[in-house]
Amino acid sequence: MADAFEVDVIDDRAHLRFRDEAAHEEPAVTLDAFLADQSNATAVRVEPGDDARALIPLLDRIALVEVSFPTFRDGRGYSVARILREAGYTGELRAEGDVLVDQIPLMRRCGFDAFAPRAAVDPVVLKRSLERYDHVYQKAADGAAPVWKLRHG
Amino acid sequence: MYKYDEYDQSIVDARVDEFRDQCRRRLSGELSEDQFKPLRLMNGLYLQLHAYMLRVAVPYGTLDSRQMRMLAHVARKYDRGYGHFTTRQNIQYNWIKLEDAADILAELATVEMHAIQTSGNCIRNISSDQFAGAAADEVTDPRPFAELLRQWSTFHPEFSYLPRKFKIAVIAADEDRAAMRLHDIGLQLLERDGVLGAKVFVGGGMGRTPMIAPEIKDFVPADQLMSYLEACLRVYNRYGRRDNIYKARIKILIHELGADKYRAEVEEEFAQVRQLGIDPPAAELARISAMFAAPAFAADDGAVADRSDPDFAVWLDQNVRAHKQPGHAIVTISLKPIGGIPGDASAEQIDVMADLAERYSFDELRVTHAQNIVLPHVRIADLKAVWEALVEAQLAEANLDLISDIIACPGLDYCALANARSIPLAQKIGQRFADLGRQRDLGELKLKISGCINACGHHHAGHIGILGVDRKGTENYQLLLGGSGAEDVSLGKITGPGFDEDGVVDAIERVTDTYVRIRETGERFVDTYRRVGMQPFKEAIYG
Repeated sequence: MADAFEVDVIDDRAHLRFRDEAAHEEPAVTLDAFLADQSNATAVRVEPGDDARALIPLLDRIALVEVSFPTFRDGRGYSVARILREAGYTGELRAEGDVLVDQIPLMRRCGFDAFAPRAAVDPVVLKRSLERYDHVYQKAADGAAPVWKLRHG
Repeated sequence: MYKYDEYDQSIVDARVDEFRDQCRRRLSGELSEDQFKPLRLMNGLYLQLHAYMLRVAVPYGTLDSRQMRMLAHVARKYDRGYGHFTTRQNIQYNWIKLEDAADILAELATVEMHAIQTSGNCIRNISSDQFAGAAADEVTDPRPFAELLRQWSTFHPEFSYLPRKFKIAVIAADEDRAAMRLHDIGLQLLERDGVLGAKVFVGGGMGRTPMIAPEIKDFVPADQLMSYLEACLRVYNRYGRRDNIYKARIKILIHELGADKYRAEVEEEFAQVRQLGIDPPAAELARISAMFAAPAFAADDGAVADRSDPDFAVWLDQNVRAHKQPGHAIVTISLKPIGGIPGDASAEQIDVMADLAERYSFDELRVTHAQNIVLPHVRIADLKAVWEALVEAQLAEANLDLISDIIACPGLDYCALANARSIPLAQKIGQRFADLGRQRDLGELKLKISGCINACGHHHAGHIGILGVDRKGTENYQLLLGGSGAEDVSLGKITGPGFDEDGVVDAIERVTDTYVRIRETGERFVDTYRRVGMQPFKEAIYG
């Protein structure tokens, strides 16, 4: 996994970015607003209780999905990311909120490619975390080959 | 036995490094206790009343003598010379220092062991039938499937922050020796039209709201099982309640949605997920299965155990079961001596069991969910020698499945959650029924004690269950009758008002006396209870 990242400061918050493209800076609208008013918005914010599947028919209009993590314990956003990537979404997928450094490698595997943690993340610790595991057991959204693939081709 | 390859080893080694780094960041103050907690829990490290407790995984309860000796070594070097085998087929150490935890994991990793996901809101250690590979009634050995699940669930990127913990059991026989339907997911392997697959039960559990898992899918072929489970978990991760920790298990979701609605949601998800190629190929199951091939059993020499020693004969009858291979037997070593702590073993005893496994049981041991140890493959000709060594080590209690073979949680002696002590009560009950002849007359009687409503001691599933509660500052014990964790699964019912510690022992004796008085030929206690109901027992207790 080529997992280099850059740190950008946007609105006073450090963003960790694993994408080549610049951050999508249009403010995100709520999922309800996006679905209701047929707006021209290209950025959507998904809260833990939202049904991300509702976005699937509209993915080609979206450049940023910001997934909210009000608390690090709430893992619903991991499924949101998987669902959107499985549906073919290739735009920016950003985890925002109570995102901890130890969670970022798992979130990467679920398809997140940008992070806006509420509390600053130590890039040295993050780099070490991202490089720590040479192998993974599951096929997920990051394209890493699971060990069963390495074993059997 | 499964053996790690370079991939497995590199993952477990990386985990040690990761946890060492997390401990360092905690000790330096970089991580708050609140942030550290889920990280340490996913490595089995709990903060208890007096010290840290470390729970080491024994995947599907199977281990070899080298691993067993490591468990003894950890007990000696880092604990107080003993370990406690648990109802999830794991072992836990109650007196661990945080500074030592990463070193312990590093030592465990040298024998292909770890403490990954033995706690936390993630998929826990996969449990299975302790007689796997030895029982005549299994369709296939369930352990290769359990190992596939172990790998699939290890650091699962999507399911590491679930609403609550998640327990999976796999069995492959009609006789359920693993309390399969009291798990979040229970799998019963079976063959249909020549294809191996699983019947899937979802939403069982004990805790404060006990439920028996309903069947969600009557058959999933083996090559789609991971996708199906991924769908089951995704529906739970998305819709399981997170507003109330006591309503966050999947059983509540299924209870609130209804099994049909849950099934429909899973099917919809499965239709997507099965396209993703997440199921390992058949070659992977074959690779793992080859490592669980039957050992090179000796030809049946026609040996018959010499029953002339009456103590040995009783142990044979009680603790030794038929093996699928003629000339062999399955031995269960009871960790329930009268007056002892259920599930505890000293480092010396752990070493003795390791030696016996190496010499007499093709180097294999199992931990049972009833907190005992199994030597799965013992030649009948060797049974006497095994028994003599067990007698020497004070491990020859002939009480398997009898009233003194008690499951008990650690209770208020160790646990920060408990309301009442479990261990002293188990000891008192054992002493009251110490006479083995009397126990054997009472027959199969599964007694289970929990020191609080979280039900770690499986009290709902006891033929006789005991629940310790706090009543106005004093320990009080409720009595339940009629539960079962086996294939005749049922949930116990409370008899009525609770008792103090001595009172509940007296009440149990009134229950067993009543059973002896009214039982019909061949009836176990739970059969009699099911036939006559609560009333006669209630009258005897409170009348």
